[in-house]
Amino acid sequence: MQTQTSLPNTARKAALDVLAAAPSRALAELWDAWADKPEHSKVRGPEVGLVMVRGRAGGGGAPFNLGEATVSRASVRIVTGQVGHGYCLGRDLAKAEIIAVIDALWQRDAAPVEAQIIEPLRALAANADQKSREESAATKVDFFTMVRGDN
Amino acid sequence: MYVAVKGGEAAIANAHALLADRRRGDRSVPALRLDQIVEQLGLAVDRAMGEGSLYDKELAALALLQARGDLIEAIFLVRAYRTTLPRFGYSNPIDTGTMLIERRISATFKDLPGGQMLGPTFDYTHRLLDPSIAGGEVPAPITREADTEQAPRVTDMLGRQGLMEPDGDTDPDREVGDLTREPLDFPLDRDLRLQALARGDEGFLLALGYSTQRGYGRSHPFVGEIRIGEVEVEFDIPELGFAVSLGRVRVTECQMVNQFKGSAKVPPQFTRGYGLVFGQAERKAMAMSLVDRALRAREFGEDVVAPAQDEEFVISHSDNVQATGFVEHLKLPHYVDFQAELDLIRRMRAEHDAADMKEAAE
Repeated sequence: MQTQTSLPNTARKAALDVLAAAPSRALAELWDAWADKPEHSKVRGPEVGLVMVRGRAGGGGAPFNLGEATVSRASVRIVTGQVGHGYCLGRDLAKAEIIAVIDALWQRDAAPVEAQIIEPLRALAANADQKSREESAATKVDFFTMVRGDN
Repeated sequence: MYVAVKGGEAAIANAHALLADRRRGDRSVPALRLDQIVEQLGLAVDRAMGEGSLYDKELAALALLQARGDLIEAIFLVRAYRTTLPRFGYSNPIDTGTMLIERRISATFKDLPGGQMLGPTFDYTHRLLDPSIAGGEVPAPITREADTEQAPRVTDMLGRQGLMEPDGDTDPDREVGDLTREPLDFPLDRDLRLQALARGDEGFLLALGYSTQRGYGRSHPFVGEIRIGEVEVEFDIPELGFAVSLGRVRVTECQMVNQFKGSAKVPPQFTRGYGLVFGQAERKAMAMSLVDRALRAREFGEDVVAPAQDEEFVISHSDNVQATGFVEHLKLPHYVDFQAELDLIRRMRAEHDAADMKEAAE
């Protein structure tokens, strides 16, 4: 049931991707610093379940079921009416609920959420990935050929 | 005949208390924390996740601790836990081509785009025990500027030249088999075999893979590529109407390149075996890819002559939780069964003695 992703959906997805990938502690700290947290009611969850992770035969062929992963999810409604959804790997109900509230806030007014939460998390993730890349790069093999002398 | 079936409760309760005591061990030694297991016994955690078929490092670490380090017992615990949770659905297939690569090597090409990155490997270590690691102080790893060059899958590079068997059909309407939902019905399609192999016992698959190299269904393998790293898991969220990333999981992928197959219509091409496993599990991914290729014998019209090519034999015995269940159930009380056997052998011996006596009398 993949639907066409419209432009605002692309931005919302990008925000949700960053939130799901965020380390719980970093997310909690940024959320603590958020000034006016809205009252919210739980629509569903937070709850823990499983998602069956799929791979592809040969890397790009027919899908197969690789194994499951634990996933937390929550749906909330904030006082101004927006419904937000939070999904993330692992068993972290608090994180799923925070993501859901932030998703609802993002729909109400995306700019401050982007500036105060999404951007810092994105920078954090980019730094961590860059560090990982640089550590791997140091283990890259620089082949050289032993040239047999002519004389 | 009366057989006592009660009376074990106190003994069982006390045995479990004793197990808890032995698990904890000497109280003057600090207790292990789960984060210590996750961080410092990472490959055991990965194996418990892979064969437990559940990606959750903390749960796998808890299982290892509860099982006193017995991996198969830990895998059993993980499998049991998963049955308590609802299934939200199936992810979109992960794309190993976009992996954040931690290790990537090829035994078939020296110079390949993206290069050979050894990553955190045991390879080229001297396998000498090093008492100094017990101290804990380790310098930070060396870093080097990372180039932005993409690292395409090696099999895709050869595939573009037509030398490599392609990945095969991706019919979107085809139902993907799931052995956690449907009992296995042989013969299997490759998707179900890959699922079973991905959660199969590393030792069993290693031995079978080894057997193919030693001539039992030989397939002339080369490691086209091994890559280890993190990939995004995307999931279609019904409430949203689009897919979002749930986060990343670490996987190990092995592309095993094998000797040729061709036909009147298709010129000879390399064939392939595929391994994909949760976590950093290189040996397992390699063994899986060897066995996957061996199990494709029927598809390529090869004679099924070796154990590793026998789908029903391999897949029926690759699951260590099933295997341990059936082997270990032998130690549970079989008093009634055995009583019946005792009666039978006594009757047989009485008949034997009677026949002897009759013979002696004649």
